[in-house]
Amino acid sequence: MQCIEVEGLTHVYFPGMPLETVALRGIELTVYDGEFIALAGAAGSGKSTLVLHFNGLLLPTAGSVRVFGRDITDKEYRRQLWRQVGLVFQFPERQIFSPTVFEDIAFGPRNMGCDSLTVNKRVKETLALVGLPEEIQAEDPRTLSGGMLRRVAICGVLAMRPQVLIMDEPGAGLEPAARQLILASIKEIQSQQGITVILITHHLEDAAVFADRVAVLHQGELLSVGKTGEVLSQTRILHKAGLKAPFAVEMAERLIESGIKLPTIPLTIEDAARLLHGLIKTTGVEPGGYNDG
Amino acid sequence: MMDNISIGQYLPACSMVHRLDPRAKLICIALEVPAVLMTFNLLSLALVSAWTLLAVILSGIKPRVYWHSLKPLWVLLLISFILQVFFTPGEPLIAVGIVTISHEGIVHSGWLLWRISVLLLLAAVLTFSTTPLQLTMALEWLLSPLRRLRIPVQELAMIINLALRFVPTLFDEARLLLLAQRSRGADFTSGSIKERVNRLVPFMVPLLTNIFSRADELAQAMEIRCYQVGAIRSRMRVLRFESADYAVLLVSLAILVTVVAMIIF
Repeated sequence: MQCIEVEGLTHVYFPGMPLETVALRGIELTVYDGEFIALAGAAGSGKSTLVLHFNGLLLPTAGSVRVFGRDITDKEYRRQLWRQVGLVFQFPERQIFSPTVFEDIAFGPRNMGCDSLTVNKRVKETLALVGLPEEIQAEDPRTLSGGMLRRVAICGVLAMRPQVLIMDEPGAGLEPAARQLILASIKEIQSQQGITVILITHHLEDAAVFADRVAVLHQGELLSVGKTGEVLSQTRILHKAGLKAPFAVEMAERLIESGIKLPTIPLTIEDAARLLHGLIKTTGVEPGGYNDG
Repeated sequence: MMDNISIGQYLPACSMVHRLDPRAKLICIALEVPAVLMTFNLLSLALVSAWTLLAVILSGIKPRVYWHSLKPLWVLLLISFILQVFFTPGEPLIAVGIVTISHEGIVHSGWLLWRISVLLLLAAVLTFSTTPLQLTMALEWLLSPLRRLRIPVQELAMIINLALRFVPTLFDEARLLLLAQRSRGADFTSGSIKERVNRLVPFMVPLLTNIFSRADELAQAMEIRCYQVGAIRSRMRVLRFESADYAVLLVSLAILVTVVAMIIF
């Protein structure tokens, strides 16, 4: 089932003005129900502009965007789209405003009209989903670390139980462990509850591990979209978009260049380790380059 | 919502007006504003209007952009126009119930509307064609005699410069916050005034917090680069008056003198 259909989407900022900028040009993209799709691209490639259309915060200059089969130009529909499409902005901790963690997470569910019992339950459940302790509810957000705060801000969106979750660089500026933790919990929520996840990132290692499909944007145009394995092995396209293929792919490419035949292209470190292990076993090579067979 | 270009925005273009010395532009405005305010007959009004129109045309920016940037102010102007029309006493032209429209009312408020429009256009030409940095350099130069009175002119100019520099940044920040809170269901457009004020909390609190942390970072960045209050600073680009600058100054002065002369004689 299609969940978001984008047809010929063009978005121009300040049309007709001297500062006119074409942010998106003729984008064709379909996002399916329940999938985990990564949107990759360099800074200024139009990723953030694209997702702002998905919950009706921006309108197309040309083309159309349909969410759950309905056009977002319908004003009434657009106004209530936030209930289904959750959007986690970049550096979401900058939008925290409440004196306690509980209040901030409860903001969204309350706006949806949930009663206080449901709100309490949701806050508790959501904290558990991202691996935060329940006691944190009463804390003042200002006393928390950056990584914790980021997770609290993400909880604020997750607590609304969106059917589509869009995350703009959720790991930006965090240490690898925290980034991994956030993405792993999102992946778990996606597979458990069947929600659709759209992840904006320029870190393709994350896409390799978590995404089902990847779309690559470059200067407002869609360069490539497809299964993670297919897209991430096209290193030339990735380089053109100013990105770097995952370590495993880059390594495999160097090996192929030096004449070693590989049965598959590995995407993650685990794949690469397995592949090398297999190669070493079949050729019987020992470290140091000697063949004992 | 804030996709609009506001009146204070600099719009890069390669026009005669853009190339003028910012000091000349600032002095021209200083001469022109009293001239506009003192106009009392059609000839003087035509004079200042023509001069402003010339500046608009030579600024190399489409009239449509001027129209767009002044559009939010038009509502205000129209309301004041209508109120003036109704509340200026004089010879009644039309009377419906207690509302009367007088001949003087229409003339008086039309006059006012025209002059305010000219002033707004002048301000727009200045800000469209001059970068904030140029403006503060010009301001600093104009205020430099005040140094003798121990007024920290350079620091004042720096403060103004920084404030102007951060206006677009803060607009962006505010826009993002609005979008972020709206996507969590915040509603800023309905309810009673008290409710609306309460609803602004999710917007105002993070905005202020972010502004203060930004200011703190900026202060640190300036200190790291050895910014010192009171130190003599040099300029990368030194301003120089060219013949075109003298020409526009002369014309502006001539217009002011003419308008004043028309009042006296």
